[in-house]
Amino acid sequence: MSNIEHKSANEWYVSRFRTFEDKLNGQSKSFLHDIRKNALVNLAELSFPTNRNEEWKYTNVTPILKQNFIPAMISTFPKIKKEEIKQFLFKDFDYHLIVFVNGLFAEELSTIGNLPKGVIVGGLNRVTKNNPDSISKYINNLSKIDNAFNALNTAYSYDGLVVIVPEGMILEKPIQVLFLNTSKDDLVLSVPRNLIIAGKNSQVSVITNYRGYGNKTYFSNIITEVYVEENAIVDFYKIQNENDESFHIEKVQAIQKKNSVFNHYNINFGGAIVRNDINTLHDDQNIETHYYGLYLAHGKQHVDNHTFIDHAKPNCMSNELYKGILDDNSRGVFNGKIIVRKDAQKTNAYQQNKTILLSKTATIDTKPQLEIFADDVKCSHGATVGHLDDTSEFYIRSRGVPQELAKSMLIRAFANDVIDTIKIEPLKEQLNHMIFEHLHRVEIENKV
Amino acid sequence: MLSIKNLHANVDGKEILKGINLEIKTGEVHAIMGPNGSGKSTLANVLTGNKSYEVTNGTVLFEGKDLLDMDPETRAREGLFLAFQYPIEIPGISNATFLKTALNEIRKYNNLAELTPKEFLDRIKDKAKVLGLDDTLISRAVNVGFSGGEKKRNEIFQMLMLEPKFVLLDETDSGLDIDALRIVSNGVNIYRNPNNAFLVVTHYQRLLNYIQPDFVHVLSKGRIIKSGGKELALELEEKGYDWIKTKEFETEKV
Ligand SMILES: Nc1ncnc2c1ncn2[C@@H]1O[C@H](COP(=O)(O)OP(=O)(O)OP(=O)(O)O)[C@@H](O)[C@H]1O
Ligand SMILES: [Mg+2]
Repeated sequence: MSNIEHKSANEWYVSRFRTFEDKLNGQSKSFLHDIRKNALVNLAELSFPTNRNEEWKYTNVTPILKQNFIPAMISTFPKIKKEEIKQFLFKDFDYHLIVFVNGLFAEELSTIGNLPKGVIVGGLNRVTKNNPDSISKYINNLSKIDNAFNALNTAYSYDGLVVIVPEGMILEKPIQVLFLNTSKDDLVLSVPRNLIIAGKNSQVSVITNYRGYGNKTYFSNIITEVYVEENAIVDFYKIQNENDESFHIEKVQAIQKKNSVFNHYNINFGGAIVRNDINTLHDDQNIETHYYGLYLAHGKQHVDNHTFIDHAKPNCMSNELYKGILDDNSRGVFNGKIIVRKDAQKTNAYQQNKTILLSKTATIDTKPQLEIFADDVKCSHGATVGHLDDTSEFYIRSRGVPQELAKSMLIRAFANDVIDTIKIEPLKEQLNHMIFEHLHRVEIENKV
Repeated sequence: MLSIKNLHANVDGKEILKGINLEIKTGEVHAIMGPNGSGKSTLANVLTGNKSYEVTNGTVLFEGKDLLDMDPETRAREGLFLAFQYPIEIPGISNATFLKTALNEIRKYNNLAELTPKEFLDRIKDKAKVLGLDDTLISRAVNVGFSGGEKKRNEIFQMLMLEPKFVLLDETDSGLDIDALRIVSNGVNIYRNPNNAFLVVTHYQRLLNYIQPDFVHVLSKGRIIKSGGKELALELEEKGYDWIKTKEFETEKV
């Protein structure tokens, strides 16, 4: 049964390609188009993952495949006004703002502002036209097509975030990237294709902010490639707050060079089915990688985080902390893969996953996956699943605080380890606010 | 103020309190002493409403109201306060947020207006000074990274902030150095007045030199086996608990 459905999903998306191609005008001669056409072949051949696939054991994507989504380029959706986006933005700090609507660059909504010389922040389509050489060697060079979702993104890749920070450049203000997804009638497929290149000795902070506008079902299927060159520092925040009817799949593939630092923050609130693959390859020595994750789910939400750190070289460290709060009938999946290859002596790798279940029917499948081939390494991992602590709740209530508020305090306390690692101070309080809003719980604000 | 009659309570199905009777009047300070595991913290937890402790028999009236019928937050709003033997850490919640939330809940219940931010901050400064606490403590997360002694001091700070009518101190002296003990006791004595009352659980006479009790009770195996004035504490310090136990054992035998 499911095979037929999956095949028809492939057929559906392959069949839309001609219409898509017609929309490209002059763009069908760019190097990007060769990439698309190759991916189209993959899209016809590769099957969408099923639960028989070990990597997708706990995540059933059938509900995504049952619907015929229309790639954003060939679908219709309402125009968004500048005033409308304000409510979705993180505020109280300075940033360069770039906005995508259904994955397509919306210049009129963006306020990129002044950028230091040589820095590029823009939409992929524009950059492909104007600066093809700056990206042609990078795009699609890191991310392999692992499954039909990746092929689907690549075949329809047209726009997405491009950030290029040249050697030695420190971008002072973070880049806030709003991916707003919206539609009136069509079931829209949004396929942002993101590329971040942080040159040698450069530093950049990017906040990707995925939001749903309205309650129409849509599907975000994203690929993000990140190059962290020698000595570079990249802080990459992903805050996913799609609407509850939507589907969200992102694959991040990063590569790090000597002495570089990559901090990935992965905060998930929305979506009916969410799947994140966060992969980093250590391509030289003295590299640091930090993964921080927080996933909240309620109702029937399903959120799956698969992380992977490929320790291929010696003297590197990785540190991972993923925490989840699951309510109602929601379901979480965490799979933390760490490979320490034979050469990777003196590796330090730490991983922790902690989940709190707020209801009797919420569930989590958590699995560390450590494959260690070097002998001189320090690795540790741990996974805990529990409930809000009764003794702590009693302590708080014994001060006159009602039970609901006491629980909120404990939720905030639990999320704090992750929230506290965020370097942009105003973001912390806004995320705390989103936690309570999302869990439909009384808010605790740290204010006097 | 507090009237405990024939109180029995279980933990994990095991009977820990086996019929406690105790009358505490407004303005009084009572001390409870007794060996480890005799049920002192259990009594404190039962009075505060910890639901891991199951009351199987007896009544507790607090200013004439049925205390056992109230949830922990209502007891606090009625004016009960427990300084915990092991205070809890709450990362991500500042002392200010915590106390402001608690204080406003208590005030709301008693039909009082919320404190203005200025009133609140003034009160904090005031009370922090009494206990020799640094003002910066207020922006730190509740008990996170506090030393054992600091946690105890913070309990008393909370007491001063919330102004309860009836205070239970569960081994607030343990883990305090000599100076801290003096400061904490001073905090309690400043707060002590004819309109409130205290039940002080301790192992040591030392604390009772500072906080002078009106009555001393000995709790053993879930029962109050002896009560007296403050001189009883001195006697216990000198002779331990065995002499009472033996005596009681003999009376039971007879
Ligand atoms: N939450 C609990 N779960 C299981 N047993 C408990 C619990 N709380 C108390 N007990 C048991 O009840 C008995 C009385 O404990 P309690 O803590 O009241 O003693 P205490 O008099 O306060 O002792 P201490 O002087 O050591 O503080 C002990 O045997 C203890 O192990
Ligand atoms: Mg005790």
